[in-house]
Amino acid sequence: MAEEEKKDFWARFFGSYIWKSIFRVGIPRDRRGRLMQVLSNFFLHLHPVSLPKHAVKLKYTWCMGGLSFFLFIVLTFTGVLLMFYYRPTIEYAYNDVIDLRETTPMGIMREIHRWAAHLMVIAVWFHMFRVFMTGSYKAPREFNWCIGVVLLTFTLLLSFTGYLLPWDQLAIWAITVGSNMAAATPFVGQEGPGVALLSIGNVNLIGRTSDARFLLLGDTSIGAGALLRFYVFHCVFFPLIAVFFMVVHFWRVRKDGGISGPV
Amino acid sequence: MADSKQDQADKLKAAGAGKAHGHVAKGHVASGDGQTRRSFISWVVVGWAAFAACMGGLATITMRFFAPNVLYEPQQTFRAGAVSEYAPGEVSTRWKSKFGIWIVRLDDRVVALSTICTHLGCTPNWLASEQKFKCPCHGSAFRMNGINFEGPAPRPLERHKIYLDDEGIMVVDKTVSFRQERGQWDEPESFVAV
Ligand code: HEM
Ligand code: FES
Repeated sequence: MAEEEKKDFWARFFGSYIWKSIFRVGIPRDRRGRLMQVLSNFFLHLHPVSLPKHAVKLKYTWCMGGLSFFLFIVLTFTGVLLMFYYRPTIEYAYNDVIDLRETTPMGIMREIHRWAAHLMVIAVWFHMFRVFMTGSYKAPREFNWCIGVVLLTFTLLLSFTGYLLPWDQLAIWAITVGSNMAAATPFVGQEGPGVALLSIGNVNLIGRTSDARFLLLGDTSIGAGALLRFYVFHCVFFPLIAVFFMVVHFWRVRKDGGISGPV
Repeated sequence: MADSKQDQADKLKAAGAGKAHGHVAKGHVASGDGQTRRSFISWVVVGWAAFAACMGGLATITMRFFAPNVLYEPQQTFRAGAVSEYAPGEVSTRWKSKFGIWIVRLDDRVVALSTICTHLGCTPNWLASEQKFKCPCHGSAFRMNGINFEGPAPRPLERHKIYLDDEGIMVVDKTVSFRQERGQWDEPESFVAV
């Protein structure tokens, strides 16, 4: 009796208007059903309905691209949490980070964010290494390799901008050194090669307050302006651009014929 | 094939001919409102050019937005006191944190040394016992007069303009710098003679 009622309940549940509005196709019982399920589900459709066997071998991809993406998600989640406590001003930044460690409940989110950030940089390099070693950059995947280079750049830019935010001595001097390299950019850095060409008479068009470094810092040295600027780059601008390129990257993996195979 | 090419062209011409200004050049296919293929294409070109110009303008003003007009940095000129306040052979760290300047009294002159390492911009420390400026970032070192001799720094520390005002007080002007490698350390404004 109870058994029957249970069956009845589930039948009514799966047959209900609400359930059917979310899941268009019924419970998959055969290959076609599974296929339909994958194709009609937003999250599942990101994956191909079927894969060549070698593509799921850990030995082949090391899952390094997947790990990079996983770490990116971890970073997004923990990063958004950190934004609830961290204030990007000279008065508060350093103390807020200390507070995250000492007093904030689940302040371990900060450590997770930092470790995941290091790991993501490593994972992206390893991913690039495996793509190189398996020759997967060759036609028809040259374009996706280039998208990958953009992703690597943004991974490093995210790492660089995040580095300043704790506002300790290491952060300030590391970013001083890093941003001074921007001053050596050809033509648009005040100390770079070719700036002398961009002058009218004695007046340099690119100077201390108009070169690439200045645009990056919003100042002539690391200070309140640079901290706020890096915060916005780190939390909004760069992640959005990175997500955009990841979308193209994943789409191209599929359109270039899925994971490359041994020749 | 019901219509030949000629038939189609004739039909289109007939459609265009009804308009008052439906002037159609020979060989150009016109739609009902007198639009020729050529004029359509030139409008497309104009449209895209206008769009590209707008985007270029937007990119330019966006870049400009990133360069603030007002900076809240320490004053670029300051009075550093009388020469007599500095002992011969002294490297004074008095103005280091406030203005980023070491006042150094050498044998025959007082100079204002910049505290910015010429490698990548960290602030070196004056080590009195070793008589050198040592940079904590990558180990560059400079002698008391600012000449580099250790580590990756490619050139000597910069000196800034220093002069005596009407009252005989030294004034440092950081907007003017003098570089040894450009032979500028003998320029009169780069030091106060003692
Ligand atoms: C944010 C950084 C990146 C993420 C999240 C990412 C993610 C992925 C994922 C999930 C795959 C599927 C295969 C796999 O897991 O190995 C993939 C494939 C690929 N990635 Fe990346 N990637 C990133 C950066 C790069 C870089 C730096 C390069 C090289 C410059 C690159 C080039 C490629 C290429 C060519 C493929 C196709 C490989 C094949 O078909 O075997 N990616 N990527
Ligand atoms: S910044 Fe001084 S040694 Fe590199």
